[in-house]
Amino acid sequence: MELTAKERMAIERHGMGEQPPDIRNRNFEEVPYGYTPEEAVAEAQRCLSCKKMPCVSGCPVEVPIPEFIALVAEKKFAEAARHIKTKNVLPAVCGRVCPQEIQCEGVCVRGKKDIKEAVAVGNLERFVADYERENNLAELPEIKDKNGLKVAVIGSGPSGLTVAGDLIKLGYEVTIYEAFHRGGGVLVYGIPEFRLPKKIVESEIRALEDLGVKIYYNSVIGRLYKVDDVFNVLGFNAVYIGVGAGLPIFLNIPGNNFNGVFSANEYLTRSNLMKSYLFPQYRTPMIIGKKVAVLGGGNVAMDSARTAIRLGAEKVTVVYRRAREQMPARAAEVHHAEEEKIEFRLLSSPVEIFGNEEGWVSGMKCQRYELGEPDESGRQRPVPIEDSFFEFDCDQVLVSIGGEANPLITKTTPDMRTNKWGYIETDDWGRTSKKLVYAGGDIVTGAATVISAMGAGRRAAKAIHEDLVKESNETVTPDWW
Amino acid sequence: MYELVEKSEVFNVHKMVITAPEIAHSIEAGQFVIVMGSEYGERIPLTVSDWNADAGTITIYFLEVGISTLELARMKVGDSLYAVTGPLGSPSEIRNYGTVVFGGGCYGIGGIYPIAKACKEAGNKVISIIEARYSSMFYHEKELHAVSDQVLYATSDGSRGKKGKIEDVITEMLKNGVKIDQAFFIGCTQMLERCSEATRPYNIPTRVALNSIMLDGTGMCGACRVSIGGETKFACVDGPEFDGHKVDWKELNQRKTAYAEQETVVYQSYSHGCRAETV
Repeated sequence: MELTAKERMAIERHGMGEQPPDIRNRNFEEVPYGYTPEEAVAEAQRCLSCKKMPCVSGCPVEVPIPEFIALVAEKKFAEAARHIKTKNVLPAVCGRVCPQEIQCEGVCVRGKKDIKEAVAVGNLERFVADYERENNLAELPEIKDKNGLKVAVIGSGPSGLTVAGDLIKLGYEVTIYEAFHRGGGVLVYGIPEFRLPKKIVESEIRALEDLGVKIYYNSVIGRLYKVDDVFNVLGFNAVYIGVGAGLPIFLNIPGNNFNGVFSANEYLTRSNLMKSYLFPQYRTPMIIGKKVAVLGGGNVAMDSARTAIRLGAEKVTVVYRRAREQMPARAAEVHHAEEEKIEFRLLSSPVEIFGNEEGWVSGMKCQRYELGEPDESGRQRPVPIEDSFFEFDCDQVLVSIGGEANPLITKTTPDMRTNKWGYIETDDWGRTSKKLVYAGGDIVTGAATVISAMGAGRRAAKAIHEDLVKESNETVTPDWW
Repeated sequence: MYELVEKSEVFNVHKMVITAPEIAHSIEAGQFVIVMGSEYGERIPLTVSDWNADAGTITIYFLEVGISTLELARMKVGDSLYAVTGPLGSPSEIRNYGTVVFGGGCYGIGGIYPIAKACKEAGNKVISIIEARYSSMFYHEKELHAVSDQVLYATSDGSRGKKGKIEDVITEMLKNGVKIDQAFFIGCTQMLERCSEATRPYNIPTRVALNSIMLDGTGMCGACRVSIGGETKFACVDGPEFDGHKVDWKELNQRKTAYAEQETVVYQSYSHGCRAETV
């Protein structure tokens, strides 16, 4: 039964059922339960299938959103998932972690007046991907005959997985080198279980292995092999570098090295990758602060704060130097954090971290800020207010103010150009200044999103294919999607 | 992968020879590995004391000090470790310094060996000084003798060599006018600090391998940060070797105790559990 536009407009947006805040802030289970099939169909019917399709251009990898939503409305859930996968190989991940409000949903015509009225693209993407996985409906994609060419992918994060998935289908032999003992990069060490269950990442990696992708864990490229060795010793024809940004930064203030001051990277890696939230079954210990200050306003800050409250902190406060509207975190995460009783101390930043005699954090001296003129990013610049210092009581500080480029690979690859911040320079297709070496994701752009890293991986896979075809047109049949 | 092919113990210092052919091919003196006994274990950074590229093996020595090292120590020949990552850290700077003194205590007796070997091959006069409580606690001696012009001993009870510590041997050498051009020390933090203080008055360039708490070992987390001459450095990538005269020892010692409470709880609960099983 075809609905009229008016009937579609009359349907209200469906939220997902969620664990109540006072229950979930004591466990690491995923917060939203996901749609039921009925809810998914009803939500899909809200889409007007408008001709302009702003959502598609709002998506960094141009997922054919109205088309997959139309399939959902017809209850063809697995088909919908497959349709997304023509553009996005990790829909179960992106449905959960993409900042939809500034991408597809942010430009949805139904959300013009109120973003909360946009079609819930992310929820639907998550639903169809989960449906396909939970019912074992994933189909092995067509794989071209092996072309005899080998590509090494360094890092198994979102961009590396995308490159591997695209190239294995085209007949390449693909090997991923991962520094950690588990695959997924930021998806396993950074994003917590309650936001992205690790079984989803594991299932995506298993799917790639089923296609023939080899993964070598515990392999730190730059140390174990230099990039040149990957060509000359290991015999690869091309190398993709997707190692993430990597180095944490601390505020340039006294007291950074007191016990209890953590980079968010360390705090989250302990909890997520090493599973110290299951200590002592898992042996990696964790410091559980009573009064925790989280510095920063991005997704990583929200993840840190919400992890701290789950680990048993009495009070967790996000200390951020700009205002709420300027927090880069996904709206849903800020909302969830507030529901979980995370407090926000906005327009404030520490100038010193205090420690006691034994070297443990005992508090901070902070300064208030006000908003001034817009800076290069267009956000109003935070300006410190003179003589506005105040003391902030805390015994743990989680520093989540961003990162820098990890030099392990770039230092050992001197003939590959980097910019003044140490990030790898590439063209629009991920080609670096070194022949047949490609890069994408945070090691090129600095900290960004999962989906933009995947988009970079997709473009680089295309460039790798094109270039290798040119290099050896005897062995490869040149064609592309 | 990572099969345990040889194992022995001398007074709680455990030796393991592990199959890790790629690491054995690429490692250089002064680098370390991070090992996990099981998928539940911690990531433990350990100095690599020897390797054999032909056999594809590496040799590590470690002290059983907590639950994760206890579990590692209980592994049997033929078992496989869950993970061995490396080589990590910056290699030692090897060149012809002249006379180089190595000081090793505890796991550091094994730890100094590859650097001493490389320095010997680079044409240095190598003097190795090793310390232990009793004479029976020494190990890896034959190998160390093979790469040293001289091996000196220090024991707490005087049962071998000088009664005292490494720094006592060094101080005596220096007082007697022995010219030392470079010193390397590997061992516990207290020993590193004492030895660095012994060489400081004589301005002997001194490198110490720091053993701060680590997690990933690639510079990603900053757990291992140490203050060197007032600057924060990451021991896993900037080190593990630093100028012993510039280390903030107090901070390092405090940071090393960060998890003492949790470690004690889990270690005790584990030992209790085991006793209950055997009763």
